[in-house]
Amino acid sequence: MKLVDEFRNPQAAKDLAASIRRITTRPWIIMEICGGQTHTIMKYGIEELLPPEINLVHGPGCPVCVTPLEMIDKALNLAARPDVIFTSFGDMLRVPGSEYDLLAVKAQGHDVRMLYSPLDAVLLAERNPTKEVIFFAVGFETTAPPNAMAVFEAKRRGLKNFSILCSHVLVPPAIEALLSSPQNKIQGFLAAGHVCTVMGYEEYLPLSEKFQIPIVVTGFEPVDILQGVYMAVQQLEAGSSRVSNQYSRVVTMEGNMAAKNLLREVFEITDRKWRGIGTIPKSGYRLRAEYASFDAEKKFDVEHISREEPEACIAGLVLQGLKKPTECSAFGKTCTPERPLGAPMVSTEGACAAYFHYRKIEKAHYV
Amino acid sequence: MSETLTDITAGLSCPVPKFDYDRVLLAHGGGGTLSHQLLSRVIFPLFKNRWLDSEHDGAVLEIDGVRLAFSTDSYVVQPIFFPGGNIGELAVNGTVNDIAMCGATPLFISAGFILEEGFDLESLRKIVESMRIAADRAGVSIVTGDTKVVDRGKGDKIFINTAGIGVLKNGIDISPNRCKIGDQILINGRIADHGVTIMSAREGLTFETTVESDTAPLNDLVSKILDVSNKIHVLRDPTRGGVASALNEIATKAEIGIAIDENSIPMDDQVKGACEILGLDPLYIANEGKLIVFVDSLDAEKVLEAMKSHPLGAESAQIGEVVADHPGRVVMKTQIGSSRIVDMLSGEQLPRIC
Repeated sequence: MKLVDEFRNPQAAKDLAASIRRITTRPWIIMEICGGQTHTIMKYGIEELLPPEINLVHGPGCPVCVTPLEMIDKALNLAARPDVIFTSFGDMLRVPGSEYDLLAVKAQGHDVRMLYSPLDAVLLAERNPTKEVIFFAVGFETTAPPNAMAVFEAKRRGLKNFSILCSHVLVPPAIEALLSSPQNKIQGFLAAGHVCTVMGYEEYLPLSEKFQIPIVVTGFEPVDILQGVYMAVQQLEAGSSRVSNQYSRVVTMEGNMAAKNLLREVFEITDRKWRGIGTIPKSGYRLRAEYASFDAEKKFDVEHISREEPEACIAGLVLQGLKKPTECSAFGKTCTPERPLGAPMVSTEGACAAYFHYRKIEKAHYV
Repeated sequence: MSETLTDITAGLSCPVPKFDYDRVLLAHGGGGTLSHQLLSRVIFPLFKNRWLDSEHDGAVLEIDGVRLAFSTDSYVVQPIFFPGGNIGELAVNGTVNDIAMCGATPLFISAGFILEEGFDLESLRKIVESMRIAADRAGVSIVTGDTKVVDRGKGDKIFINTAGIGVLKNGIDISPNRCKIGDQILINGRIADHGVTIMSAREGLTFETTVESDTAPLNDLVSKILDVSNKIHVLRDPTRGGVASALNEIATKAEIGIAIDENSIPMDDQVKGACEILGLDPLYIANEGKLIVFVDSLDAEKVLEAMKSHPLGAESAQIGEVVADHPGRVVMKTQIGSSRIVDMLSGEQLPRIC
């Protein structure tokens, strides 16, 4: 398959791994931001190919994992109301709230639907004028433009029965929070290629400069990841700290201007709570006042629902790259994908789930 | 150790969700871990008997010296008409295949219809006709049946149950317990066509592919395979839950390790593309005209040749083998040459957010 197979080429992977080994002289800790990248690393066993000095730690870039508990509870509250069609991307349906998940609400007979696009929710609202259609708008800068478009389109069509439960988060403030932590051990970042496809990478320049850290905008195929690691190690070994772009076949410095304009039109920056990490200032989007009537939290009065998450959560340590999933003694024992104790075990992008599915035995041999 | 465990779980921010759901979820029908739990916790303990214990696609029964294979399956696919087939054809082929996977020759099929009030007769006629054509193709007769009608809104147009009986020739013994180290694992062609066809045909998905369901009766192919080798150890049709679930079931049941090679698994480019876009793993996607063969390595080559010469096996391939390592587990050599676990799916496969 074009534009995929080239980036899963075994020889290219092998050559890059050899190049990384050749230039690595000491241990380095590099964080891949995005859960999609974590997934690729586990699915393709990339750590097997890297020299032992390179330690990849897994970042908070899994939208399912960082959506706070109280937001899930708000979703469960809304989904269980009569005359509501609650819609969401598939991944969110299995995330446990305080008591149950959206799949359980669906099994109780409520109308919970999995959609592939938020615009489908707008069409659903148009076709069902007697129902309230709510879309669970989660995710990073990648899912924000389609969600913004859905709200924009609903307003344009004059729909009164469409709203979103908005829990959007942003990558650069999370990087800043991680690097500002006194516990920080991260020496280089692989930035999330898809986020940068939308936003460009200008925002990363001041971060790289302030914290003297290399940031490599990286794609999602195994060869992308290996090349991203190579570019990061190259900088680390040379003592430089710049922003470089491995994913140049997709990402430009300025990003997708149409998408960015739409984001500015519909959303404004706000403080957001991250599951397992806490509140990060200016780390998310909320709807602008002109679009407030599309805000499900206000419309259905669920803003007051609040759940505290204890600070001692290992999920938080995993999401900050301070612990690996296997360092949790619950991992694979009391915490499994069927019985997740934390969100990173739920989502396919979650670090714990990725470890669980692909790495139950350490060194597997193909005979 | 136990102290640490308590400390950590006590500190978790996410309360333990109810896993023992008190209601049926769709995922209970997905062919993954939840389906298995439903069977092992609710169904098997109450129905327990030696025939059911084999957990095969069908039961193998011996009556007056004659060995019979007996199997049943229900079909609720939506949409009922899809590229490459319809619910009726699927219902006949599915049961024919379940019997064939026991190594038996399917002979007789039953057909039970649950129809929703208001379902149009023209569609019903089309479905029934395609069942007759499918039965003729497979060389089976539909000899008994039943129809029930439920109130509008209490069903989804049409559900079909089929059951079937077949005869086992002497000397044929197909069972995971016969797997041994070195057995070669073969498949008769491209995987995931059926599941991707159904997903693309479903409301809400706007991408279009020209992929068609692979629904087909496999009994003729099975009989060709059994003609060329008496060293066939397992036959399995990787339907719901896909190749990954089928291989995991065999690895668990036989307590053997399975090693497969990603590069050798045949797949259509459009199917690959659809799976990439939706974030789905084709290894877990349903097939309706595929079979996996575990054969002694001595006979692997001639069985593969026999499969390739059959119209339903032109793209047959050897995808892996039984190994001494990691008993109970399926491990795959990835496209880039590293290795990873191929696990049993826990619930429904849900598309990723981004």
